[in-house]
Amino acid sequence: MTAAPDHKPTFATLSLGERLDKAMPVLLIPILVVLGFLAIGAPSSWLTLTVSGLAMGMMIFIMASGLTLVFGLMDVINFGHGAFVSVGAFVGISVLIALGDWTGATSLLLNMSAVFLAVVAAMAVTGVMGWGFERVIVKPVYGAHLKQILVTVGGLIVIEQLIHVVWGPDEIFINRPETLKGAITFAGAAMEKYRLLAVAIGLILFVAMRMVLRRTKIGLIVRAGVENGPMVEALGYRLRLVFVGVFIAGSALAGLGGVMWGLYQEVITAGMGEKMMVLVFIVAIIGGLGSVEGAFIGALLVGLTQNYVAFLEPKLALVSNIALMTAILMWRPQGMLPVVKAK
Amino acid sequence: MSDPILSLSAVYTDIAQYHILQGVDLVVPRGQVTMLLGRNGVGKTTTLKTIMGQWAAKSGQIQFGGADITQMATSARARAGIGFVPEDMGIFSDLTVAENMALGCISGPLKPERKDWLLSAFPALATFWEAEAGNLSGGQKQMLSIARALAEDRKLYLIDEPTKGLAPAIVSTMAAALRELKAQGASILLVEQNFSVAKALGDSAAVMDDGRVIWTGEMAELATSKDLQERLMGLSMEAH
Repeated sequence: MTAAPDHKPTFATLSLGERLDKAMPVLLIPILVVLGFLAIGAPSSWLTLTVSGLAMGMMIFIMASGLTLVFGLMDVINFGHGAFVSVGAFVGISVLIALGDWTGATSLLLNMSAVFLAVVAAMAVTGVMGWGFERVIVKPVYGAHLKQILVTVGGLIVIEQLIHVVWGPDEIFINRPETLKGAITFAGAAMEKYRLLAVAIGLILFVAMRMVLRRTKIGLIVRAGVENGPMVEALGYRLRLVFVGVFIAGSALAGLGGVMWGLYQEVITAGMGEKMMVLVFIVAIIGGLGSVEGAFIGALLVGLTQNYVAFLEPKLALVSNIALMTAILMWRPQGMLPVVKAK
Repeated sequence: MSDPILSLSAVYTDIAQYHILQGVDLVVPRGQVTMLLGRNGVGKTTTLKTIMGQWAAKSGQIQFGGADITQMATSARARAGIGFVPEDMGIFSDLTVAENMALGCISGPLKPERKDWLLSAFPALATFWEAEAGNLSGGQKQMLSIARALAEDRKLYLIDEPTKGLAPAIVSTMAAALRELKAQGASILLVEQNFSVAKALGDSAAVMDDGRVIWTGEMAELATSKDLQERLMGLSMEAH
């Protein structure tokens, strides 16, 4: 059949060093957790801080996942992403305030139903906004990074001002639903219930996202598109439609992140999304732009580092994430799990 | 020639400030292998990319299966039935061989009999089926690129230098697979620098120079006439 001589190709066995190097980004999280334990000393404080760090990391991941995919797929830098965080928070919290009877009740079912409705409303509004934002603001500036930065920052400012118009200029304080208030104690460590919920939601989302990306055809197209968009089109797939879908999903996730972050902080402002963008960009960059897994690891590292350092040396808390980014970029300039881009 | 699968008339394509294609006229007959030949830098790859829509034609007309596709999006051209193997192979290196192959099928999963045929033509792909495509050798990547384009029946295949930089043994595997495809009656537009492969596969040939097609005719005629080869390409192809 073939004219080529028979050959039996074999895989070279990787040395331990090479295998460790490959797995290192994933190993960084347990390493950081162990280092935190050694530095903090007290197991109860360590457990509290770890849960807190993981919760924060999960929320940042939810906000960062859409941003990293949007960049990976279409090379679009969207500074307006933060606006969806703020809008999501305001819409979601408005729903929660409107459902005051449900959130004030001591029934877990009623509380969770209220949170669920708030999340659905926030994601629906930010999803639709994302669609409009892509059409009006992002589409005209494909391929021009400087214009993207200018125009999406402009979009961010406009949306923030619109929040002032609709909800007024003041920050809004909120209470968490009754059954999500307080903490549970485990092995002497106090863990806020809400943070545990945030960890659970973040994990579920990450697993779901991974399943979609790894197991479905649309996920396959997205992963291939991140690597080599023109080839995906040459195979017959409308990448632009896929991109709009990812942009909408990313915006809706930012909205979800906004509701969760608002409930976490118990206060919301129009500028909250913009402030989060620093962390979101750090996470997307150290993870490797375009990589959802990278963003997940990066977000957990950022959350844990911030919490451990704030406890150990409060004055260093502000610079800890920048220091983390510097260290990781010196080690891997393309981020921890870089996506190979076809040139 | 009465029923060409593809025809280009007076196609001009610019890349930045460079005028690469300067009035390409080309006819690809149905069910034949048409060789697109010429020196490096004369516009062969740009011609394929313009047919595929990756570069927009500034003017001129591209007809595929009787329809004007000049303004069509790349993805629509692929769905209309054009399979493309680019010069850089376009392999998704973060994806496995199986996933790369799945992307080659736009209308459903890879059919088992199709898979069997492709794996018998390119046995190395079976060995590395679940491996990341980025770990394949150059020849294996080229096989994957061609196998992916063949994952579903297409009306026309555009294949850009499939034997470039490959070891002779792999070139013959590649040539055997293309011969089999030809025997099935596929229409192929093939850019190829390897003369023995071109001679063995080609039915007709088009020779390009300076962004235009300067000669079309039977491949056998070009293969036997050193005079023609020297006049069209500045050297005898037997020297290759």
